[in-house]
Amino acid sequence: MALDEIITLAYGSGGKKTSELIDEIIVPSFNNPELSKLSDGALLNSENKIVFSTDSFVINPYFFPGGDIGKLSVCGTVNDLCMCGGVPKYLSLSFIIEEGFLLTDLIKIVESIKETAAECGVKIVTGDTKVVEKGKGDGIYINTSGVGFLRHEGLGEDKIETGDVVIVTGTMGDHGISVMAARNNLISGSELVSDCRTLHRLSEEMARFKGDVKVMRDPTRGGLATTLNEFVERNSLTIELEEELIPIKATVANACEILGLDPLYSANEGKFVAIVSENRALEIVEALKKFPEGCDAAIIGRVTSKYPGKVVIKTYLGGTRILSKLTGAQLPRIC
Amino acid sequence: MQHLDQFKKPEDIDKVIYAINNMKTRPIKIMEICGTHTMAIAKSGIKSLFNENVKLISGPGCPVCVTPNDRIDKILELVKNKDIIIATYGDMLKVPGTKIGESLEKHKAMGARVEIVYSAMDAIELAKNNPNKEVVFLGIGFETTTPGSAIAIEVASAQKVNNFSVFSMHKLCEPILRFLGEMEDFDIDGFLCPGHVSIIIGEKGFEFLTKEYGIPSVIAGFEGGDLVTAIYKIMSMINEGRVEFVNEYKRLVTYRGNELAWNMVLKYFEPTDDLWRGIGLVKSSGLKIREEYSKYDAVKKFNITLGTSENITVCRCGEIIKGKKEPIECPLFGTTCSPENPVGPCMVSSEGACAAYYKYGRL
Repeated sequence: MALDEIITLAYGSGGKKTSELIDEIIVPSFNNPELSKLSDGALLNSENKIVFSTDSFVINPYFFPGGDIGKLSVCGTVNDLCMCGGVPKYLSLSFIIEEGFLLTDLIKIVESIKETAAECGVKIVTGDTKVVEKGKGDGIYINTSGVGFLRHEGLGEDKIETGDVVIVTGTMGDHGISVMAARNNLISGSELVSDCRTLHRLSEEMARFKGDVKVMRDPTRGGLATTLNEFVERNSLTIELEEELIPIKATVANACEILGLDPLYSANEGKFVAIVSENRALEIVEALKKFPEGCDAAIIGRVTSKYPGKVVIKTYLGGTRILSKLTGAQLPRIC
Repeated sequence: MQHLDQFKKPEDIDKVIYAINNMKTRPIKIMEICGTHTMAIAKSGIKSLFNENVKLISGPGCPVCVTPNDRIDKILELVKNKDIIIATYGDMLKVPGTKIGESLEKHKAMGARVEIVYSAMDAIELAKNNPNKEVVFLGIGFETTTPGSAIAIEVASAQKVNNFSVFSMHKLCEPILRFLGEMEDFDIDGFLCPGHVSIIIGEKGFEFLTKEYGIPSVIAGFEGGDLVTAIYKIMSMINEGRVEFVNEYKRLVTYRGNELAWNMVLKYFEPTDDLWRGIGLVKSSGLKIREEYSKYDAVKKFNITLGTSENITVCRCGEIIKGKKEPIECPLFGTTCSPENPVGPCMVSSEGACAAYYKYGRL
């Protein structure tokens, strides 16, 4: 059977072409007993409480420095499961593909999904493929839904208290800025790279510290600033940050200077922020730093009650100002 | 650009801040007249470092904020034309006109062709790629961005990209500053002069503030150290009874500026009386495209009648850009008017005083 060079509506019809796509590409790539049954859903064993999450991916360009939509579709949902204290186990995988999409690109994306899933021990156990007419999609959309088993119990915003410390696992803003630069050809050069990766090892490490970890979240869309606001906007706590402690790559800072953007509002796809007990904060940072993906881990602030419901930042100049949530999209400045 | 570190936080900056706060002086009012300064001041938290000795006031430096409702309404008429693609800097997308809630963003969501571009040259590429459409580039900005529009007209003319035009809403700094300087109740003690505009028009473009109006003025860069130094210099001059014009951005600003860029502007544009939001018509304060290039002038091409008077609204943008009111004094601030649902451009624009206060200042 010869697959065509481009995806046509026939591949989404549910008929022969769909079967060919599943038999030739999907099943061999993910190769596990549950998936091979090709039934409507997968029957899975449960050892513990189940963590469940879903995410959809519409990124363009599909291939960007540091990753692609396939890698991102695994990392996004796996990381959400990790942030809830789960051990990620199984993913569903759904494609919505626009007519005319190159098969070679689909194969690259599937390969990327396979590699990323293997890295974190996750199996793709069920899925779906649809094809829409030319002009009715944007190349390819992916949804992944994920199941994990709860390992790290007791996480939640309600556990945050005054005196707690704010930690990040590495440099902020890498993914968002690199994708913006790639999308708009604004800045050339290979230095701007997405940080897209799975957080299963770091979250496993965090689980060792049990109740001394109050909450974890990966600051994706809206960046660190938005995520931190989400931690305090519904209670009377304050997060006070120190600008000089927040790790930001020089290349990202420079790109932001040129464009008038702010790395604190730019997405991260391979980092998380955690609120932890003061007395174990240093120990936690040292533990994270042992991993390549946590080598730039740092304490960046603490929880107080000085400005209820707000995030404030002590600037490099020593002044204080609020750090709001992102409203609307970040856009480069006019002048 | 690690060299910026020396301008961000010079070694002696704490001493300079101390000196400012310990001057024996009445409160000094300093106005910045550049939207990027408004944002830099807000983002650096610099206001929280000074005591009552220094009052920093935002002036009419945000080009989106000074665009009157009439011009927005005209843009929103153009966008309804299915043969037109509006090419614009991102800030303009959310600005409402007279009808609250109607904006380019809303029209885009309903299928109108609105494209965000990063320069006027991008708009020319858009025109080449869409030969059956008319691309109208919204020419917003002071002297910093006008050379970009001028070059675009030059390139469009040379390459005969005849489905491209510029809707010029470009404005000039000097006339509005003279307007402010001649207001009876104008009580600003010193000016922070725009860094980027000065790169184009040079020190000579702002000297009049000192020579004719006797107001101590300093051209400043945008890093924390630049701002603190500039403020210190103004405070010192006032304290010592000196009236001088100082360039504290010598690493980029020269006396004569970028004459190549400004000559390009003069080739394609000429001054015109222009409408400023909340202020009204100010003589020779805007730039229109010269008659011989009307082929690339959206105003001529689409027979746009430019209004010459402003509607009075509850929005206090006009008072804010004159430095008469602070954002918090506008009855709509943070309630009816917020970045998600802006009533006026000061809240929408990334350089607007209201947006800066909302984003960084509400401690």
